[in-house]
Amino acid sequence: MADFLLAASGFVLLMVAVGLARILRGPGDADRMMAAQLLGTGGIAALLLLGAATGEDAVVDVALTLALLAAFASIAFVKAAATASRDDTAAGNGK
Amino acid sequence: MSVALDLLSIVAVVAGAFFFLAGTVGLLRFPDTFTRLHALTKADNLGLGLVVLGLLPHVGSALAGLKLIVIWLLVLLSGAVASQLIARATRQRDPDA
Repeated sequence: MADFLLAASGFVLLMVAVGLARILRGPGDADRMMAAQLLGTGGIAALLLLGAATGEDAVVDVALTLALLAAFASIAFVKAAATASRDDTAAGNGK
Repeated sequence: MSVALDLLSIVAVVAGAFFFLAGTVGLLRFPDTFTRLHALTKADNLGLGLVVLGLLPHVGSALAGLKLIVIWLLVLLSGAVASQLIARATRQRDPDA
C-alpha cells in the first residue's frame, strides 16, 4: 500500500509540474496565478499522500500550512491586481 | 474488511489522481482565462477531496482523520473564494474578455 501511495504522490506532483508550463505561456497574470494555485492544491494532495505512505504525521502539518499560504497568495494577487487597475484608470490609461 | 478498505482507498486515490490530470489538461488546453479557471478550481478541489477520502482508512486516530477533512474544507473554501476574486479581477482589467 505504501508503494502505491508513493506512486500516486509522484503522479500528482508530475501533474503539478506539467501545469506549471502555464506560467511560461501566460498570457495574462491571472493565468500565471492559476498555475500557482494548482501548485497549492496539488502540493497539498502530494504531501498528504506522502505522509500516509511514510507514516510521518508532521507532513500533514506542512500540508495545512501550504493550504493557508495558497489562500493568502491568491488574496494578495487579487489585491495587487485591483490596485494596479485603479492606478491605470486614475492615470487615464484604463481601457 | 481490510481488503475492502484498501480497495476503497485505491479506487478513491486513483480517481483523485485522474481529476488532477483533468485539471492540468484543462489548464493547458482550454482557450481563455475563464474556462481555464473553471477547469482548475473544480477539478483540483474534487481531486483533493477524493485523495483525502482514500487516505481516511489509513489514519491512526479519529482526530487525524478530522484534520485531513478540515484541510480539505479549508482548500475548498479558499479555492471557491479565490476563483471568484480572480475572475472579477480579470473582468475589471479586461471587460471584453
